[in-house]
Amino acid sequence: MKYKDYYSILGVERTAVDTDIKKAYRKLARKYHPDVSKEPDAEAKFKDISEAYMTLKDSEKRAAYDQLGKHPPGQEFRPPPDWQREFSGARFAADDVDLADLFASLRGGQHRGGQDGGRMPMPGQDYEVSVHITLEEAFHGTKVDLDLTMPEYDANGVLHRAAHAFKARIPKGATDGQRLRLPGKGGKGFNGGRDGDLYINVVLHPHSLFRVSGHDLYLDLPLTPWEAVLGATVQVPTPSGPVRLKVPPGTQGGQQLRLSKRGLPKPGAGEGDLFTIVQIVLPSVIDEREKALFKQLADGSTFDPRGHYDKEVAYENRTH
Amino acid sequence: MRIELTEVLWLNQHHELHIVELAELSGLSEAEISELVDCGALAPINADTAQLLFDAQCLVIARTACRLRDDFDLSPQGVALALILLDRVHDLEAQVGNLRARMPHRLP
Repeated sequence: MKYKDYYSILGVERTAVDTDIKKAYRKLARKYHPDVSKEPDAEAKFKDISEAYMTLKDSEKRAAYDQLGKHPPGQEFRPPPDWQREFSGARFAADDVDLADLFASLRGGQHRGGQDGGRMPMPGQDYEVSVHITLEEAFHGTKVDLDLTMPEYDANGVLHRAAHAFKARIPKGATDGQRLRLPGKGGKGFNGGRDGDLYINVVLHPHSLFRVSGHDLYLDLPLTPWEAVLGATVQVPTPSGPVRLKVPPGTQGGQQLRLSKRGLPKPGAGEGDLFTIVQIVLPSVIDEREKALFKQLADGSTFDPRGHYDKEVAYENRTH
Repeated sequence: MRIELTEVLWLNQHHELHIVELAELSGLSEAEISELVDCGALAPINADTAQLLFDAQCLVIARTACRLRDDFDLSPQGVALALILLDRVHDLEAQVGNLRARMPHRLP
C-alpha cells in the first residue's frame, strides 16, 4: 500500500499534541470541506485531511500509525510483521487496501468487520459520485457505467478492495444538480447492518447553443434587421429536432420568443419551455448595392431612436 | 460479465420519506431531525409532529447536516445555521445561473 504522511497533510509536527492536531484540522476543514468550499480539488483535499484527522485524533490509531514508521509520501510500503497482530487483529491484503481502509477498519483498537468482529450491526458506507451528462442525454435519459472500488471483507474475513461495476439508468428530466439514489449499492453492511447506498450527483455538461435554467432552455436567435422589421419564419434547433418559428413583424432586439414545451422534460410529467432571445445582427461586410439600399432607407425614414433624449434632458432640468 | 441495469430513485419533491427512514438514511437521529425542523433548516410536508413526512430532497439536506455535524463537531443549532446559510448561497448561485442563461451570449 502507498504511504501517506498524515502529519504533513495536517501541517503539524509528529510531536504535535491533540489540541494542535484539532486546531490544524478545523482550519483546513473550513477551507476545503466540499459542502462549503469553492477551492479546486476541495473534495480530494478534504478526503486526505479527514483521513489524517480520523487517525491522528484517536490515540490508539495514532500509535498504530506511528509504528508504521516514516516513509516518503506515495512510497509503497508494508506494515512491519508484528504490526498486524499488535494493533489490528484484522487480516488484510496489504497490496489491495489503502491506509484509509486499514485505519477505518480499526475501531479503538478493534477491527469492525470480519467473522469475529464486533457484534453491533453496522450499516455499510454510503458513496457519492458525480455523473456528467450531455443536454441530449438529459433530454432522452441515458445509461451510465459506474466503476467503484470499495473496501470489504471476503469470505475468509480478509480486508481487501473489491471492484463493483454498475449500470445505472439516468431517467429523462434529470438536470444539473439532481441527486439520485441507488439503494444498497454502497459498501457492505457489517454484522447484519444494511448495505450502504450510492448517491449520484448529476452534472450537466454545457451546450454550445442552449443555456439551461432549471428545465427551461435559452437560445440566442440572430435576426437580420429586415427579418425583425418585416417578420419572418425561421428554422431553429431544439433538443427534439429543428422547428419553424414565426417571428412577428416589429420584433425588437432582446425580445424573447417562447417555444412552449420545447425545453427539458420534467420528472413526473410536463416539459420546460425553450426561449429564443432575439439579437438583431448586421452584416459585417456589405456590397455597394446593399449600401445603396441602406442609404435609401436612411434618407426615407423618419424613425429617430434617440428622440427621447431631448425630452428627458428638458424634464431633468425642470425638476432639479 | 453481464452488468445488470440498476434503476435509480429520485431525490425530489415527488417522493416522500418518513422521519424514521430519513434518520436511517442520513445518519442523523430523529431528535436531531426534529431540532432541525424546529430551527427551520428542514421543512416537513405535513404538520403531524408524531409522523413527520419529508420530501426526498430533504435527504440531500439531512446528509449534508450529518457531514457538517461530524466534520466540524457542530451542535444542532450550528448545523441549522450552516444549512440555512448554505441554502441561501445555493439559491443565490441558482439565481445568478438563471440570469446568465437569460443573457444573450452571442456577440452581434
